[in-house]
Amino acid sequence: MSFESKENIENKSGVRTEEMVLNMGPQHPSTHGVLRLEITLEGELITKITPHIGYLHRCFEKHAEAMTYPQVIPYTDRMDYLASMYNEIGYVIGVEKLLKIEVPERVEYIRVIMGELQRIASHLVALGTYGVDIGAFTPFLYCFRDREKILHLFEITCGARLLYNYIWIGGLSHDLHPDFVRLTREFIKDFKPNIKELNNLLSYNKIFIDRTANVGILPVDTAINYGVTGPNLRASGINWDLRKDDPYSVYHKFDYEIPVGEGKAGTVGDSWDRYYVRVCEMEESLKIIEQALDTLPDGDIASAIPKRIKPPAGMIYSRVENPRGELGYFIISDGTINPFRVKVRAPSFVSLQIMDELCRGHLVADVITILGSIDIVLGEIDRE
Amino acid sequence: MIYDVINNLTGSPVLSAVIVAMLPLFLFILPFALVAVYLERKVSAHMQDRLGPMRVGYHGVLQTIADIIKLIQKEDIIAKDNDKLLFNIAPVLVFVGSYAAFAAIPFTSIFIGAQIDLGIFLIIAVTGLVVAGILMAGWASNNKYSLLGAMRAVAQIISYEIPTILVVLSLVMMTGSMNLYTLSEMQTGYFWNWNLFGGNYDILQKLLLIPFMLIGFIIIYISTLAEVNRTPFDIPEAESELVSGFHTEYSGMKFAMFFLAEYANMFAVSAIVAALFLGGYQSPFGYLGNLIGAEWLVPIEQFLWFTIKGVGLVLVQMWLRWTLPRLRVDQLMTVSWKYLIPISFVNLIIIGLITIL
Repeated sequence: MSFESKENIENKSGVRTEEMVLNMGPQHPSTHGVLRLEITLEGELITKITPHIGYLHRCFEKHAEAMTYPQVIPYTDRMDYLASMYNEIGYVIGVEKLLKIEVPERVEYIRVIMGELQRIASHLVALGTYGVDIGAFTPFLYCFRDREKILHLFEITCGARLLYNYIWIGGLSHDLHPDFVRLTREFIKDFKPNIKELNNLLSYNKIFIDRTANVGILPVDTAINYGVTGPNLRASGINWDLRKDDPYSVYHKFDYEIPVGEGKAGTVGDSWDRYYVRVCEMEESLKIIEQALDTLPDGDIASAIPKRIKPPAGMIYSRVENPRGELGYFIISDGTINPFRVKVRAPSFVSLQIMDELCRGHLVADVITILGSIDIVLGEIDRE
Repeated sequence: MIYDVINNLTGSPVLSAVIVAMLPLFLFILPFALVAVYLERKVSAHMQDRLGPMRVGYHGVLQTIADIIKLIQKEDIIAKDNDKLLFNIAPVLVFVGSYAAFAAIPFTSIFIGAQIDLGIFLIIAVTGLVVAGILMAGWASNNKYSLLGAMRAVAQIISYEIPTILVVLSLVMMTGSMNLYTLSEMQTGYFWNWNLFGGNYDILQKLLLIPFMLIGFIIIYISTLAEVNRTPFDIPEAESELVSGFHTEYSGMKFAMFFLAEYANMFAVSAIVAALFLGGYQSPFGYLGNLIGAEWLVPIEQFLWFTIKGVGLVLVQMWLRWTLPRLRVDQLMTVSWKYLIPISFVNLIIIGLITIL
C-alpha cells in the first residue's frame, strides 16, 4: 500500500478535500497472487478501482504456437493452476473436434470424474482462502484437509498433484488406479459431512454474513454486459452452466442441479451468494461423481489416441465450464503439427473486470471481501 | 501481606518493594507467556486437525523456548526513517502498561502487589498506557500499515473501555469496593457467593441479580476481548488487510516485548474478569487445607484456583480466535456504541435498583 496525492478537488460545500490513491499489491497477502489494485479513495469510500495485471505473464499463447498439439497440454495446466484438469479437458476437446475423433466412453467418464473432483478441489481453495480473507483461519485448513484427499486421488492416478498432463488428445495418460473407485467413494462419504461442518462454521456464521451479505452486489445486466460466467454469474440468479446449456463430454447422462444465487443472506448477487453457490456446486459435483462411478464403463483408454496429430486446416472454438466459468479455446490449425494460434478466453480475466463496478461506494476493507468472492487465479488472467 | 513478609526478611523497604514488583514477572508472567504461546499453538492446531509443534521436546513443549532464543539472537532492525526514540520506547510502554496491571491483581489472599483501595481503578488507568504505546509504535514505524493498525487499535481500545468501565461500575456499586482483594474476599464460601450469582445478597435479591450479572459478565468478556485485540476484534493486526498492524516493523526482542505484552494482557483481563465475577482466588467449594487443618495449604490452593479460572478464560479467548471471522471496523464500532454501551448502561441502572431494594 502506498499513498500518493492527486490534484486537490473541491467538493460542493467548498471544502478542499484530496482524493487519495492507494496501491494494493502486488505484494499483499490478500490479492490472491500478484495483482495490483489501484484504488482511488474519497475519504473511506472507493470511487474507482483499476486492476493492474501482467506480473505472472508467461506467454502461454505464443508458446503454444511453437509447440506440437500434445505439447501444449502441460502449458494449459499452468494457466489456472487450481483447476489444471479442467484446462486440459477444454483444450483436448477442441483439438479432438479439429481431428474429428471419437473418444471411448470410459475416457469420457474418467474425464468427467476428474473434472468434477477438480471442481471441488478448486472451490475448496476458493472457500478456504475466502475465510482467511475475512479472518477465519480454521475453515481454511479444513478445506485444505479435504483438498488433500482429492490431490491424493490425482496422485495415485497420474503421479502429479498439481500439474497433471493427464488428459491426452483422444485418451488419457494412465488408466485409473485399481484403488481409485474405492478411495473416491470413501472420499465422498467423508466429504459430505464436512460440507455441513463448513456451513455451520463459516457460511451461516453471523459475523461472516455481516461481512459478506449485501457487499459487492452484481446485478444481472452488469454481469451479462461484462461477460461474467461461472459461479459469479449464477450467484446473480441466472441459470447458465455450459454443462447443461452447451453439453460436452457425457454430462448429459447425469442428473444434477445448477445452484443459483437466491439472496438468502442479503441481496441476490452479493458476496455471500457468490460464496454459497460454490458450496452448493460442490454438493452437485459429488452427485455427478457418484453417478459416474456407478456407471463407469470398461474399455481401453488408449485406443483412440492418434499416432500422429496433424489436424486439417481449420478453426474451432471449444468451451467448457471450468470451476471459474466459461473457459474457451479458440484454436486455428494451418494443417501442420503446430497450432497456428491458440487464443484462450479465461473466466478469471473477465471476472476481474467487474471489480470496479462492485467496489464503488464500498469501504476499503470490502475490497478484500469482494476480491475474494470473485475467486480469480492470476495464472489464468496473465495467460497470454 | 507478602510485602510485610519480605520487608521483615530483608529489612529494607526499597529492596522489598522491588522484589514484590518483580515476583509476578518472574513467577507468573514469563512462565505464563511461555505456556500460553505453546497452548495457543496446540489448541489452534488440534482445532484445525493439525499436530502443531512436535519436534522440540516431548510434543514440542520446548518450542517456545527455542523461539525465544531465536528472537534474542535476531538483529534489531530499525529502519532509516523511523522515529528512533519513540520506536524504542513503544514496546517498553506497551509492556509496562500490561505488566503494571498485575500490581493490583490478587493472586491469593496473601499475595497482592499493591493492596490499595482503588485497585480496579488503577488497573483501568495503567492499561491506558498500552494505548499510548501502540500509537507510538504505529507512528514511529513510518509505515502505512503500522499507522493504520495503530489508529484502529486506539479507536477500538478506547471505545471498548467504556462498556468495561460501566460493568465494573455496576459491580463497584453492588459491592461498595474498588479493591480487588476486598471484592475477592466478599465472594468467599461457595460458588453461589460469586458475583456472577449475585454475590452475598439475600436469596430474593440474588435471584433478581443473576440474569443481569450474566449480561454484565458477557459484556465485560466481549469488551476485554476487544481490548486485547483478539479475534473477532483483531482488526488492528488483521493479517489479510494490514500484514500485522502496529508491530509490522518490529523484530527481535522488541517484537518479543509486544508478544509478551499481548499474552500478559490476555491473562490480566481474564484475571480481572475472574476476580470481579468468578470469585477471584476463592475456591468454589471450600479448601482442602481447612479440612485437614493445614493452614499453609490454603494460599496454594487459592493460587491454583485463580490460575485455573484465568487460564480457563484465556482458553475461551483462544477458542473464539480460531473459530470466528473478523468484524469490519464500522461493525466493530457499531457493536460497542450501539449495543454494548446502552445495554451496560441499562444493566448498571437495574443492578443499582436491585441492590437498594
